[in-house]
Amino acid sequence: MSMEFLIILCLVIPAVGAVLIALAHKVPNLREAVTLGTAGVLLVAVLSVLDAVLKGVRPEVSLLEILPGIEIAFSVEPLGMMFAVIASGLWIVNSVYSIGYMRGNNEPRQTPFYMCFAVAISSTIGIAFAENLFTLFLFYEVLTLSTYPLVTHKGNAAARAGGRVYLLLLLGTSMLLLLPAIMITWVSTGTMDFTAGGILNGKVDDVTVALLLMLYAFGIGKAALMPIHFWLPSAMVAPTPVSALLHAVAVVKAGVFSVLKVVIYIFGIDLLTRTGASEWLVYVAGATIVIASLVALSKDNLKARLAYSTVSQLSYVVLGAALANSWGILGGGMQITMHAVGKITLFFCAGAIYTAAHKTEVSELSGLGRVMPFTFGAFLIGALSIIGLPPMGGVWSKWYLALGALDAEQVLLVAVLMVSSLLNVAYLLPIPFKGFFGAAPEGSSDEKIREAPLPCLIAIGATSVGCVLLFLFPEPVFDLLSMIDLR
Amino acid sequence: MIENLPALQIVIPLLGAVLCALVRHGGIAWAISTLVSWMMPVVAGLILAQVLSDGAISYAMGGWAPPFGIEFRIDAANGFVLLLISVVGAVIMPYARRSVGAEISRRNQAWFYTMYLLCLCGLLGVSITGDAFNAFVFLEVSSLSTYALIALGKDRRALLAAYQYLIMGTIGATLYVIGVGLLYTMTGSLNFVDVAARIADMETTRPILAAIAFIMVGLSLKLALFPLHVWLPNAYAYAPSLATAFLAATATKVAVYLMLRFLFTVFGLHATFENLPLTEIFLALSIAAMFGASIVAIFQENVKRMLAYSSVAQIGYITLGIALANQTGLTGGIVHLFNHAMMKGALFLVLGAVAFRLGTVKIEELAGLGRRMPVTMGAFVVAGLSIIGTPGTAGFISKWYLAVGALEQGMWWLVFLLVASSLLSVVYIGRVVEVVWFRPLSEKAEGAREMPLDMLVPTLILVAATVYFGIDTSLTADIASSAASALLEGVK
Repeated sequence: MSMEFLIILCLVIPAVGAVLIALAHKVPNLREAVTLGTAGVLLVAVLSVLDAVLKGVRPEVSLLEILPGIEIAFSVEPLGMMFAVIASGLWIVNSVYSIGYMRGNNEPRQTPFYMCFAVAISSTIGIAFAENLFTLFLFYEVLTLSTYPLVTHKGNAAARAGGRVYLLLLLGTSMLLLLPAIMITWVSTGTMDFTAGGILNGKVDDVTVALLLMLYAFGIGKAALMPIHFWLPSAMVAPTPVSALLHAVAVVKAGVFSVLKVVIYIFGIDLLTRTGASEWLVYVAGATIVIASLVALSKDNLKARLAYSTVSQLSYVVLGAALANSWGILGGGMQITMHAVGKITLFFCAGAIYTAAHKTEVSELSGLGRVMPFTFGAFLIGALSIIGLPPMGGVWSKWYLALGALDAEQVLLVAVLMVSSLLNVAYLLPIPFKGFFGAAPEGSSDEKIREAPLPCLIAIGATSVGCVLLFLFPEPVFDLLSMIDLR
Repeated sequence: MIENLPALQIVIPLLGAVLCALVRHGGIAWAISTLVSWMMPVVAGLILAQVLSDGAISYAMGGWAPPFGIEFRIDAANGFVLLLISVVGAVIMPYARRSVGAEISRRNQAWFYTMYLLCLCGLLGVSITGDAFNAFVFLEVSSLSTYALIALGKDRRALLAAYQYLIMGTIGATLYVIGVGLLYTMTGSLNFVDVAARIADMETTRPILAAIAFIMVGLSLKLALFPLHVWLPNAYAYAPSLATAFLAATATKVAVYLMLRFLFTVFGLHATFENLPLTEIFLALSIAAMFGASIVAIFQENVKRMLAYSSVAQIGYITLGIALANQTGLTGGIVHLFNHAMMKGALFLVLGAVAFRLGTVKIEELAGLGRRMPVTMGAFVVAGLSIIGTPGTAGFISKWYLAVGALEQGMWWLVFLLVASSLLSVVYIGRVVEVVWFRPLSEKAEGAREMPLDMLVPTLILVAATVYFGIDTSLTADIASSAASALLEGVK
C-alpha cells in the first residue's frame, strides 16, 4: 500500500466509521462494535505510517488545490506523527470507556454522540498530518464544529450555555486572530507550507514577527492560554468521555500542537531566538501555569478542578514552544503525550465515580476510595504523572522543560515549574487520600456503591498502566521527537 | 441559431410569460415556467463558453447596428451573471410546484408564474444589454414584476412591503434615468462602450459628475446598499417563499452587476474614484452594512427577516470588493455575488420548506425541528456555515479574496473588520442552529416531517453547490477573476 493512500486512509477511516455508526443506529451492540472496529483499524493504519516515519520517510500527499497556492495537503513529520498515534490510540481506550459510561448513565442520543466523536477524530488526524496552514485551519474548524454537539449533548439550558461559550470563543478566536494571522503570513511570504526552519525569516520585520506570534498564540484558542481559557471549563458540561478524550486530549492538544507546529515550521526557533519575539509568551505561559493551578485549588467540582488543571498543564507545552530551543520543543512535545495519558486517566476516574456513585464534588468523596479502590488507585497514578513524579511518565516532560528553561537562562521559570508541581500536589493528591482515609459522611449509603461498569475499569486500567510504561520506556517518544528538523 | 443566442435569452422568458398569462392555469403555467427556466442555463452556458473562448460578443438587436441600435454585449462579467440567474431559476422551479401551490391561491398561481418569468426576463435583460436606457427598461420590467411577486405573499403585510418597495424602487429608477439622461445630453449616446469612448475628455464636468452621482444612488437603492436597504427586509420576509429565494439569489446581484458596469466600463475607474470620494463612501457603507445589518439580524424573531438582514450585510461584502478596486478584491466581490446567491438561495429554500410544513418561520416555533426534519435542518447548517465563511465552503473563498485584496491595499485593519463581522453571523446562524437542534420539540414542530423530495432536491443542489464551490473554485473563482480583469481593463 502506498504511503499517500495510507495517509488518506487515516482520515477517511473515522469518517466512514461515522457513516457506519449512523447506519447501525438501531442495534446498539453493532454500533459500538463499529466504533471499536473503526478505532482499531485506524490505529493499525496510523502505526503503519509511524513505521515509515521512524525509518526516516516523510510521506506527502496533496489532495486538491482550492485556490492557486492554497491546497489541502498532508505531510507527516515526527511531531504530527506522535499526535496522531496518541489520538488514535486513546480513541480505542476511550471508546471502551464510553460504552460503559453511556450505558451506565442511560445517556440519550448515543448514535449522534459516537458519530460526532468519529468525525472529531478524523479532523484531529487532519490537524496532525496537515502540510500547510490552510489545511490545519480547515480541520481545526471542523474539530470545533464537530465537538460542539458533544458539548451540548445533554440538551438542557446549562449545556446550551456551555456550548455557546465553547463555540463562540473557539470559533471567534480562530476567525478573529488566527485567520488574519494566516492571511498576513500568506501575503508576506507567498506560502503557507510548514517548512523546516520556518518561512517568515527575512520576509517580515521584527515587530511584525512579535505581533504575528501574538495572533497565533491567542488565535489558537484551543491551546487555552489565559485569558482565552474560559471555553474549557464551560465545555465540562459534556459527558465525561468527551471531557476525557476531547478536552484532555484531542481538542486541547490540537491547540498546543498547532502552537508548536507554527513555532517550529512557520517562525522557526532561530528567528524567535534572534528577535526575542517569543519572550512575552514565556511569561504569559508561566503566568497561566501558576494562576490556573491556583484556580484549580479553589474548585470543589471535580471536573472543573481537572479542567483548570488542564489549562495549567497545556501552558507547559506553550512554554516549551516559547522557549524556542531544542530542549523546550522536546519537553513541550513530550508533555503532549504524558499529559494526555495522565489526564485521560483522571477524567476516566471522575466519570467512573459519577457513574457508580453519582458524585461530582470533591468534598463528597471522603471514604469513597474504600468502596472503589481500583478507581481511586488509578486516580493516584494519574495524579502522580500530572505532578511529574516518578515512577510516572509525566516526570520526563517536566525534566526537559526545566532543562529548556535553564538553557534559555530563565531561572525564574524553573521556580515556576517547581511551584506549579507543588500546587498540583495540593489540588490533586487530597482527592485519593480523602477517598482512602477520609471518614465516610454520616448516614451515607456508600455501602451499596460498587466500582463502575467493567468497560470503564478496563479503560482506566489501560491508561494507568500507560502512565507507568511511559516512565519506563520513554525512548520511542524521545526518538520520534528528536527527529524533528529544527534547523 | 447560435449567433441569435443573446436574443433567445430575452425572448424565451418573455414568450413564456405571455403564455402563462393566457393559460390561466397554475399547473400548466408551472410546466411552462419550468420548461423556460430549464432552457435558460443551456443558452447562458453556450454564450459564456463562447465568450470565454473567443472574447466578448456583440449582438445587434433587430439588426440595428450600435451605437444607434440596441446592442447586447456579453463579456466574462455579465456572461457569468447570466449563467448565475439562469441556473438559480432552473434549480428552484421543481420546488415551486408545491411551495407556490401551498402559499398562493389557485386563482393567482398562473399570475405568479407570469410575474416570475417577466422578472427573469428583466433580470436577464439588464445583464445582457449594452445600452444604458435599455438597461433601465429591463430594470423596470424586473422591478414591476417583483412588486407583484411580493404582493402575492400570504401575509397581509406583504402588500405594505410591496408598496414600500414600489416607492423606494421607483425613486431608485427615477434617479437612475435622470443620470442616464444627463449622460445622453453630454455624450449623445446611450451605448456603454460608445459613452465610455466619448466621456474621456469631459469626465470632470459637472453634468457628468452629477450623472455618476444619480446613477450610483439610484442603483444603490436597487441593490439595497446600506442605508438604502430599508425596503428589503420586509419584502423578503413577507414575499412567497419561492419569490424570496429567487429574488435574494438574483435581483440584488443584477443591480450590483449594473453598478460594476457603470463604474468600470462606462465611467472608468479613475474618473469615478479620483473625482468623487466613491472609494471612501463605498468602504464606509459596506462596513456599516456588514456590522449594522448583522447586528440587527441577531435580534430578529422571524427567521426569514433575519436572513433578509443577513443579505444586506452580505451585499456589504460585495460592495466592499468594489471599493477595494484591485484585481483580488474585485474578484472577491464578484465571486461572492455568485457564492452568496447559492447559499442564500439554499437558506431561503430551507425556510420555504419550514413554512410549507409548519406554516410559520418564527424562531421559537422551530424548536427541536432538527429531530423531525434532519436533512432540511442539516442543509441549513451547511449553508449557514458558508454564510459564516468556514473553510471548505464557498463563503470562505469570497472572504479569502476580499481579505487578501485588503492586505494588498495595505488595509490590514479591514481584515479584522471582515472577520469580526463574520463572527456576528456565527451568532445569528448559531442562534437558529441551537434552537433547532438542541431545544425540546415545540408543539408545532411535533407533527412535522421532512420536506417532499421535489422540494428537497433543489435545496440540496444549492447546498451541495455551496460546498462544491468552496473546494473546487476552478469555475467560480476563475471566471470571477477574468470578470474582474474584464472590468478593470475598462480603466486603461
